[in-house]
This record gives sequence, structure tokens and C-alpha cells, in this order.
Amino acid sequence: MTNAQLEIQLIAALVAVACAIPGVFLVLRKMAMISDAISHSILVGIVVGFFITQDLNSPLLILLAAVTGVVTVILVEFIQKTGLVKEDTAIGLVFPALFSIGVILIAKHANDVHLDIDAVLLGELAFAPFDHLIVGDTDIGPKSLWVIGTILVINLTLLILFFKELKLSTFDKGLAATLGFSPLLLHYGLMTVSSVTIVGAFDAVGAVLVVALIIAPPATAYLLTDDLKKMLLLSCFFGIFAAISGYWVANALDASIAGSMTTMLGVVFLLVYLFAPKQGVFSVFYKERQQRIEVSLLVFLLHLQNHQEKEERHVNHLQEHINWEKVKAKTVLELATKNNLIHISENIVSLTEKGQEFTDEALKYITTNKETAIEELKDRFFLFRG
Amino acid sequence: MELTDFFTNYTLRTITLGTAVLGAICGMLGSFAVLRKQSLLGDAISHASLPGIAIAFIITGVKNEHLFLVGALISGLIGTFWIKSIVKRTRLKNDTALGLILSLFFGLGMLLLTFIQKMPNANQAGLDKYLFGQAATLVEEDVWVMAAVTGVSLIVLLLFWKELKLLLFDPDYTKTLGFNTRFLDILITSFIVVAIVLGLQTVGVVLMSAMLLAPAAAARQWTNNLGVMIVLASIFGAFSGVFGTAISASQDNLSTGPVIVLVAAAFVLLSFIFSPRRGLLFRELRFRKNRRELHLKKTLTFMYRIAKEHDNISHPHAIRILNNFQGFTRKTLTKLEEQHLIRVEGNQWALTEKGFQEAESMYVKMGTDHD
Repeated sequence: MTNAQLEIQLIAALVAVACAIPGVFLVLRKMAMISDAISHSILVGIVVGFFITQDLNSPLLILLAAVTGVVTVILVEFIQKTGLVKEDTAIGLVFPALFSIGVILIAKHANDVHLDIDAVLLGELAFAPFDHLIVGDTDIGPKSLWVIGTILVINLTLLILFFKELKLSTFDKGLAATLGFSPLLLHYGLMTVSSVTIVGAFDAVGAVLVVALIIAPPATAYLLTDDLKKMLLLSCFFGIFAAISGYWVANALDASIAGSMTTMLGVVFLLVYLFAPKQGVFSVFYKERQQRIEVSLLVFLLHLQNHQEKEERHVNHLQEHINWEKVKAKTVLELATKNNLIHISENIVSLTEKGQEFTDEALKYITTNKETAIEELKDRFFLFRG
Repeated sequence: MELTDFFTNYTLRTITLGTAVLGAICGMLGSFAVLRKQSLLGDAISHASLPGIAIAFIITGVKNEHLFLVGALISGLIGTFWIKSIVKRTRLKNDTALGLILSLFFGLGMLLLTFIQKMPNANQAGLDKYLFGQAATLVEEDVWVMAAVTGVSLIVLLLFWKELKLLLFDPDYTKTLGFNTRFLDILITSFIVVAIVLGLQTVGVVLMSAMLLAPAAAARQWTNNLGVMIVLASIFGAFSGVFGTAISASQDNLSTGPVIVLVAAAFVLLSFIFSPRRGLLFRELRFRKNRRELHLKKTLTFMYRIAKEHDNISHPHAIRILNNFQGFTRKTLTKLEEQHLIRVEGNQWALTEKGFQEAESMYVKMGTDHD
């Protein structure tokens, strides 16, 4: 591994972590798409800043671009407040207009600007190691490493300082406001931090892929945990993983680093989306099926309890009576037998003592409807689940 | 460039016609997206269609616009239905799902595009133009395809007009009436995907969503009637296309897509400000007028309370005594005098017969309102 390769991976990982921190809060506050708007509209700020400073890594340019990001948010909120269009339409109107202005500015001044449109969308991570910062006579490493490193330190500091406030205002705005944390201040603070981070990352990974780094790691982490701190850590982990694995995929395919980082994020998300233990598609599907069968079982047991006469409890009759398909009836019967809730003799089904007890308690639960007792009930009586 | 170029220059005529038809169909279908609160879905779909284009090229190895469109269509549809299933199956919210699919698909698309660029037959692909669109590459055949799609979607729209309208404004009621809302939802979403895919070549992936939204958002300001809104949106869309093409053709180095988007944005801005019923300008004017009238009435009732104490209602009083009352200004007095509700003589004012009756009736009305 060469020095340049190491530097690229380091920059990519730092960008990923810096993006994941505000990203977690944006996703939780249902404002994920605002990052899309900011990442597009800062182009205007970058272009104008570039005209002034002639340097893509100048602090002034980053500041100007970040201001454009905040202005975008304010503009979107102003349009939303007029009530002329629905909320998301406001976002959809503002950023393409600003982005168009940026694109036109670049195209009109193509000759005297070192910005090109591909770089805007893709970033220039591969070239980052060639642009070193020289202080005095000593080379202190790539410029973008310093830029994104500074932003990351700022983000981390603010996160630690305002963790409590951010957490509270994210999950309970009303309570945060009554306790005296200004929601407005926190909101615009978060927007400013997001803008600055997006500007810093923009240079490395481009406009659209910043959005991936902001949204995908927190969204993936959110499917795995309910704990804010764990979510932050997991997001950072996914970001770093995507950065490093993405780099090597890009290396193997000789393709865009930013593109393959995003693709790795996509792969991670897909895996979690399918296989996450609680929120994943398969486990939700399995859980729903289980619950359906268990509800059927309960209905079946109640039916047995209500009917003492033999003809009502005949195996074949049950199928017709409760109107179940054969497979379903069989599954329910099997589950009930396995859990020792019923016994079948000469094709007549009757409740066992345990079954009787369970049915009584379940009936009591249903009539009084206490919150989660039924799960506890099931845990107590069932050896096997549906 | 001369105006006559539009009629003599074949390429320009094709492009103008193409962007006009595109604007029209986007306006038409965009109305549904805007009203269903799916404005950003268009953004996600257009980005999600990028890998489809790249995969179509990788599989077939030939440069064929229509093949690319099919690829874009398939991957756009996959993206759309994935978004819907994320929202339905997980705890992730709509905005997160949109942003996820948008950026992840786009990233995959970029990976594939840069991968293709390294392939031996890549320079023929010209896939870059799908990012920002190149209206200049439109040929007559493309315009025919667009026109055909517009025709088909118009027919479907008219066939399912009643159902779609109902679905827009009351989805639950639609369901209880026995309509297949799932089918209608898929129908309208699919048409939106088709419209977006059609525009990719002209406006590009990044700006396509604005093409869909802006005409509809502008049209919404002028009417409360769905039919009128759709027609207006189509007209705004078509004009954005025509003006945008004209402006970008009149100068060098001005790509068509962004200019069209800016023209459409200008339509939105004008509509926001000048629409008579909802517009910001008239809203502000109405607001001011109401406030002024309220001031007049407040002053008049105050005068009435003073005048009531006297036998002669037109007994003059000093203007000075009005001073501790906020609604009073010199202008208010002039206004009241113009309406012959009071008389002003030097430093004195007096209610006229008309003014007294007016104020009295106001009091009666206020009294009954309170009861």
C-alpha cells in the first residue's frame, strides 16, 4: 500500500465519520432530504467563492458555501411557511433552481475555472494526495485531509458538548423547549454544521454522494438499534467500512472511488434491510406469520372452550366450522399439540389442563386488555412458537 | 440567432418541439406528484434510473437510446417500489427512504459509468449526457416517442379520470368504494417514472425532478380545479421548454437543461407573487386593506362613544381627545371625511348623521355577535 493510497483511505474514512454525525440527527428528525437540497445548492456558493478566492480549499470558500447551505434551508422554510405548496415541494423547487445557476455559472466561465461538472458530481478523491499543504518549507500532508479533519473535530466537539440538548430536542421537541433549550437555535445550529460538513465532503466525494454518506449509515444503523449512542457508533463504523472497502473495490475495477463507496453503503444497507434481527424484512415477515398463527391458535382454543358437545370438537368439523384452509388448520393443531395445550383422542379435540389454564388467562387478558401481557403469557406457556 | 430560425432551422425546431412536448407531459403528470405529496419522489426516481442506463450498455454493448430508456425505466421502477417497501416495512420514514435510494442508486450508477469509461468501446457510449442532459442530441424520432407517450398517458388519464381524482383527494374513501387503489397507485406512479425517464436525455438526471414539480407548483397557484391545473401545468411546462431552448440557443456555452429549469422556476416565482387568490402580493394587499378598515372602524366606534354622550350628535370635539387612542391617524380622519362619516373643521371633528348611524349599526352587530 503506497502512501497516497493510505491518504485517500484516511480522507475517505474521515469524511464518512464527519458526515455520519449530523446524518444521525437529520434522519431521526425526518429531515434527510434537506441534506440533498443543501448538497446541491452549495454549488452556487462554491462557484462564487471560487471566483473570489481562486482556491478550492480556501476557508472563505467553505464559509461562503456553508452560508449558501443555510440560506437554502431558510428559503425552503420561507416557502413552506407561505403555505402555497406542500412541504416537500418547497425543497424540490429550491435546490434545482440554485443548482442550475451553479451549473450555468460553471459552464459560462469554463475557461477560467478549474471546476468541472464531473468533479461536482463525483469529487476528486483520487487527486487529493497530490495537493499538499505546505507551511513554511515543511509538507504537512494533503490539504483536504486538513479541511475534513478540522470539520470532524468541530463536529465531534459540538456533538459532545450538546449531546444532551440534541438528544432531547430530537425526541421530544416540546419538552426541550419547556426546559429552555431553544429549538430554533439547535435547528439552525444543526443546519449550519450539516452545511459545513457537506461543503467539506463535497470536495472529496461530490454533490450526490455526500447525501449517501449522510443518510445511508444512520439509516442502516437505525434498523439495528434503538440507542442513540449505539446508532452514532454504528453509523461511524458503517461509514468507515464503506470508505475502506469502497476504495479497494474502486481500485480493482479502476472506477470512481466515491461511486464504489456509495455502492458498498448500498450493499451494507441491503443486507441489514433484509436480515436485521428486529427490523429486517425477513424477521418482520417471520414475526407476522408467527403472530397470525398464534392468533389463530387462540381463536381455536376459545372455540374449544365454548363447545362441550363432541360434534363441535371433531377434527374435520373444526376445519369447516372455523373456515380454515387445510394447511392452516394443520399448523395450528400441531402447534397446540406440541405445546401440550390440547389432546386428540378418536379425532375429538379437547383442551388439556394447561390449555384450559392458558385459555382462561388469555380470555381475561383480552377482556381487560392490559398492554403487553399476552407476550409474557405466551412465553410462559409456549415451548414452541408458531 | 433570429426568430425565424425556429421555423427554418431543422435541429432547433426539433429540439424546441421536443422540450415543449416534454414540458407538457411533465406538467401533466407532475400535477399528480405535487398533489399526492410525492414531490421528491421524482428526484429519487431520476437518480435511481442511472444504473439502469449503465447496465443496459454493459449488457448489450451497443449505444441505443431506446434501449437505455428501457434500462432506466426498469431501474427507476425498482427504485420506486423499493422506496415504498422501505417505508411500509421498516421504521425508516419517507424522506430517509427517498434519500437512501436516490444516493445509493446514483452511486452505483456513477461506479458503473466510470467503469464503462475504461471499457474499449466506451467513447461511443456518450452516457455522460444523461447527467445534465443534452437537448442538442434530440432527433425527430425522440420527439415522436415523447408525443406517443404523452398521447397514451392522456388517454389513460381520461379513462381513469374519476378514479384518479378521487384517489388524489380521498384515498380511504376510494378504497371503501371498491376501487383498486393499489392498481391506481401503481398506474400513476409508473406514468411518472415514464415521464422522468423520457426527460433524462434532455434535462438530465440531476434536474429532472424540477421539470416535474415546477410547472405543477406554478399551476396550483392559479386554480383549485384539478382539470384546469393539469392543463395549466402542461402549458407552463411547454413554455418553459420553448423559452429555455430559445434562451440557451441564443448564447454559447449555455446548456439547455439548467436554463429550462430556471425558466420553470421563474414561472413558479411569478405565480407565487402574482396569483390573484393565493399570491403573496395580493395576500399582502388584502391584509393591509383589512387592517386599514379595522382602524377606520375602531376610530369610528370610539367617536360614536363620545358623540353618544351629547344631545347633538354632530357636536364638534377636539381632535386632541382622540390622541390616546391608537387607531387614530391624520390619514384615518381624512378617509372618514371622504366617506362623509365625519366633518373636520380646524382642530375639531364632528360625526355626521350618516357616520352616527353607521357606527350605531356596527355596535348593534357587535352586540349580537357577542351573544
